[in-house]
Amino acid sequence: MKNKIEQLAYKTIASIIFDGAKVLDLGCGAGDLLDYLCTHKNINGQGLDISQDAISNCIQKGLSVFHSDIENGLDAYPDQSFDFVILFNSLQEIKNVDSIIEQCFRIGKKLIVGVPNFGQLHSRLKLLFGYSPVTKHLPYTWFNSPNIRFLTIKDFYVYCAMRRYKILDAFFFALDKPVNFLPNLFAYTSVFVISK
Amino acid sequence: MTLCGHQIFSFDNLCLTSKKTIQKVDIAYETWGRLDNQKSNAILITHAFSGDSHAAKNEGNKQDGWWEKMIGSGRAFDTDKYFIICSNVLGGCAGSTGPSSINPKSNKPYGLTFPVITLGDIVHAQKKLIDSLGIKKLLCVAGGSMGAMQSLQWAVMYPESIASAIVISAAMKHSPQQIAFNEVGRQSIMADPDWNDGNYYGSKEPEVGLAIARMIGHITYMSDKSMEQKFSRRLKENKFSFDFGGKPDFEVEGYLHYKGNSFVKRFDANSYLYITKAMDYFEVCAEDFCLQKNPKLKFLTIAFGSDWLYPPYQSQDIARQLKLKGYDASYCELKSTYGHDSFLLEIDIQAKLIKGFLNPLKK
Repeated sequence: MKNKIEQLAYKTIASIIFDGAKVLDLGCGAGDLLDYLCTHKNINGQGLDISQDAISNCIQKGLSVFHSDIENGLDAYPDQSFDFVILFNSLQEIKNVDSIIEQCFRIGKKLIVGVPNFGQLHSRLKLLFGYSPVTKHLPYTWFNSPNIRFLTIKDFYVYCAMRRYKILDAFFFALDKPVNFLPNLFAYTSVFVISK
Repeated sequence: MTLCGHQIFSFDNLCLTSKKTIQKVDIAYETWGRLDNQKSNAILITHAFSGDSHAAKNEGNKQDGWWEKMIGSGRAFDTDKYFIICSNVLGGCAGSTGPSSINPKSNKPYGLTFPVITLGDIVHAQKKLIDSLGIKKLLCVAGGSMGAMQSLQWAVMYPESIASAIVISAAMKHSPQQIAFNEVGRQSIMADPDWNDGNYYGSKEPEVGLAIARMIGHITYMSDKSMEQKFSRRLKENKFSFDFGGKPDFEVEGYLHYKGNSFVKRFDANSYLYITKAMDYFEVCAEDFCLQKNPKLKFLTIAFGSDWLYPPYQSQDIARQLKLKGYDASYCELKSTYGHDSFLLEIDIQAKLIKGFLNPLKK
């Protein structure tokens, strides 16, 4: 695991998921989260990623993974075949957000969405002084960022209300601890549990 | 034909998809590693179109095999852990019964009287071999290209007899393009006057037709990039010959001639016809897989980016169909410039994937 905030998020996701659940991690990377959930929650997990290195790392760990981009890969999964579909740090890189989320609800019962908060204080200050946000948790500059969606915690609430998705739970994290006071200002990242 | 070192498993009466029967069947096979007491560590390696049972060197044959670096101590198919079996396909010409074998009814080589076979028949014969070794369940069936199609066929026909299948650079069915290339190869053989309707045993063999068929095959096994890297436009003699029929001008021509000529020394033209036909007939679809018979059956599907003969989307679709059925099926597309040949050449990365995949299977 790379850093404290990620550890915290992993722990939180593990607390959401019940033992032995069927879990699909979209944009699973090298399989760290899946591995963590296998160890701590004995999940029946699968992953999907676009990177060859990520996928080959997962297969070397014995994980079940599918090499594809999210946009074109979801048709490989049967209806309602997962208890949880995870989009951890993936949503902000996706083009067709609406159709992907709808597909996720076709595949799984609940959706766990982890997104960085572009409304965090440091990002706001950067913008205030005339620069696009580059912070410890949003390390990319405009020319090398994989992120194409820049959303805040409030934005996500508004989105869920618009689409009539139920927010079952929400968790917000500062550097090494949860934050509940003005999360849209102080949290670097968030984890939402949503359903239809 | 020049190979030795294999063992022969013989049995009678193999009923074929075509409803015909082959009376006496020999299957040539080789093994590596040791079968454990529970007979639970066996892996069947299935060879590609022109391969044979000699996948790697062993006591009987010290020559390098076609998957030499994949089989052995510490390798992808680790002989310290697994018992590896590889057999020459039915219809082949490296020890197993095929069109060049003697027909017991006539005491002459079968030639075209050999019945047309399918990959299902090939796998049926392999199953009899595995039964004869007392193995109830294979840990894995693994192969590339036509070998991978056999892995899929195993999963369709004998799902309870395998714990996993590795499917590399293949498709669920031969596409019109793949059939077309095979047909050009067959027509090349049959247009050679020496082919003589398949009755050439004991006289001059259709070497020209078979060599041309092989040359076409080799083009489809490479990629434009690998050909550029390997040959570019380099000349054999540093100048144009301004001639036909003499020595080849370009290195790529010389390479194809060499590959064609060395192939005719080891391969039977009629086997070429029968095995390519079996590949062309191959088609499995999602409905053919019965999940209930073995819900734990696992698949690993691998493709290579530059393979245009069996493009990655076909391999991805195998995994997609299997996942939709409810199977645990992984898919990885690997970068390589070698084209279809990649599965024979990209050893290190395939070895890593295969080890990771097999490891949880062996308790």
